[in-house]
Amino acid sequence: MPVPFAQLGDAYDVIVIGSGLGGLTSANRLAYCGHKVLLLEYHHKLGGLATWFKRRGHIFDVSLHGFPYGMVKTCKKYWNKAIMDSIVQLKKIVFDNPQFSLATTFDKQDFTSILHKKFHIPQATIEKFFGTVTAMNFYDDQSMTTRELFEQFFPGRTDVHRLLMEPITYANGSTLDDPAITYGIVFSNFMNRGVFTFEGGTDKLIGLMSDELEKNGVTICTRSKVDRIIVEKGRVRGVEVNGRTIEAKAVVSNSGITNTIDNLTDKRAFSEVFLEKAAAIRVNNSSCQVYIGIKEQEYIPDIGDLLFTSTAPDFDSQELLDLRTRSKTFSLYYPKTRPGHNRYTIVASMNSRFEDWSHLNVEQYQQEKDSMISRTIIDLDRYLPGIQTQIDWVEAATPRTFNHYTLHTCGTSFGTKFEGLDVSRSIFKEVGGLFHVGSVGIIMSGWLGAINYGVIVSNDVDGYLRTLNG
Amino acid sequence: MTREEIKSLILEIIEDIDEEADFETLQPDKPLRDQLDLDSMDFLDIVMELRKRHQLQIPEEDYPHLASLNSCVNYLEPLLKNA
Repeated sequence: MPVPFAQLGDAYDVIVIGSGLGGLTSANRLAYCGHKVLLLEYHHKLGGLATWFKRRGHIFDVSLHGFPYGMVKTCKKYWNKAIMDSIVQLKKIVFDNPQFSLATTFDKQDFTSILHKKFHIPQATIEKFFGTVTAMNFYDDQSMTTRELFEQFFPGRTDVHRLLMEPITYANGSTLDDPAITYGIVFSNFMNRGVFTFEGGTDKLIGLMSDELEKNGVTICTRSKVDRIIVEKGRVRGVEVNGRTIEAKAVVSNSGITNTIDNLTDKRAFSEVFLEKAAAIRVNNSSCQVYIGIKEQEYIPDIGDLLFTSTAPDFDSQELLDLRTRSKTFSLYYPKTRPGHNRYTIVASMNSRFEDWSHLNVEQYQQEKDSMISRTIIDLDRYLPGIQTQIDWVEAATPRTFNHYTLHTCGTSFGTKFEGLDVSRSIFKEVGGLFHVGSVGIIMSGWLGAINYGVIVSNDVDGYLRTLNG
Repeated sequence: MTREEIKSLILEIIEDIDEEADFETLQPDKPLRDQLDLDSMDFLDIVMELRKRHQLQIPEEDYPHLASLNSCVNYLEPLLKNA
């Protein structure tokens, strides 16, 4: 259970600001390494964007969707067996757009067969493409874009580009114009064995993580918004939270790299060169979602676990971001998602720009939300005819909603573009003891990316703390 | 620590990471990554464990020394001579 704010101590080895999956994992690893850790979260729930909410007996998962198989090993090593054992495969991934319709397990073997049989790509080209993306590392040359990568292997084949790109655009917000490595690393992670999910839902996962943190001695305090990271003589001294100073030798900010630099830390603590680099960071796009709850006792046939749908003639990264995009994914949560909780929910997700929503007045905002809900139900009706009569709850989230709950700059739901990674990785060289963990550089985003990055950063923090202690 | 002890230490850490790791056919002069199912995160785990158990700080630029079992032992031998 979270500790009441009044009961917090005056000093810790490390304070972690924010409890997204990266923050949670850093806190857990640092406690495992023997440090005294305080985890501060502004919201009343842990998890950041790995979250859920309840309405009229429904439990809606916000970002569960699906992650790569690598999550099994990662959860086993950095969390525990119970968490690992709840990971199960989603076997039916569906694509439906004017260029093609198909169902796949979304792994290398099935994709090879689809690319060969359905799209008539020569076997050798497919193998060479997989060889290229599998060998990609985050420190590789970034000059090639994903568009160039696709043109190299599948010139002019916009249908193939769509098959390869669309799911990754929803997974990490990347576009055809981002560095090819941001595509290749994430795509090959999925292709390893397919798409997996967490049986029991996000609430169960975060509950299990919270238990593990407590077992390892992490002090958790929610409803605590950090106002400022205190820096003295080039080093972190602690944080100011709810009018109180709590000291720490190291601070790990999981609050977004732009927030960390622009809003939490006194800018004078950084060098000009670093601030210039930070100012050039582009945050990634945000999302819209429509949450649909199905009446109790109603049944929905298995139309797939994850549906990538579009009525746009071609794949176009800009079209996917449009306020009235014709492209969306449906995440279908059947009763198998939460065994024992016999309900169906459907979450439609779209990529979206904050600036398209931020300027709307109250009335326009409501209208756009309502119209998005209507479009979503019309789209869903193509797969589940008559669905309208089975629904007993529907509501929408926009970039403004994401901004409200996560405080992320412009409500970004995929962190930052590639340049954010270097700034995040080097912040501790600017201010001793200040670290950042979170979705940066596209490749460190998603559930698996966030957790693994939490481990990478906790290694830096542990190294720093042990140097301090001699 | 002797060379043999360092070798056992490394294998013990790898076994914690992957209990199914097969050391029977492991060639000590070949990259660990090619012979065992290890990725870059696993190497980070080895670094963290060495720090935890023996207060060793291995800078990022030295990570390539951990490539094979022999190179690990060569690199760690002077660092662990009093351990």
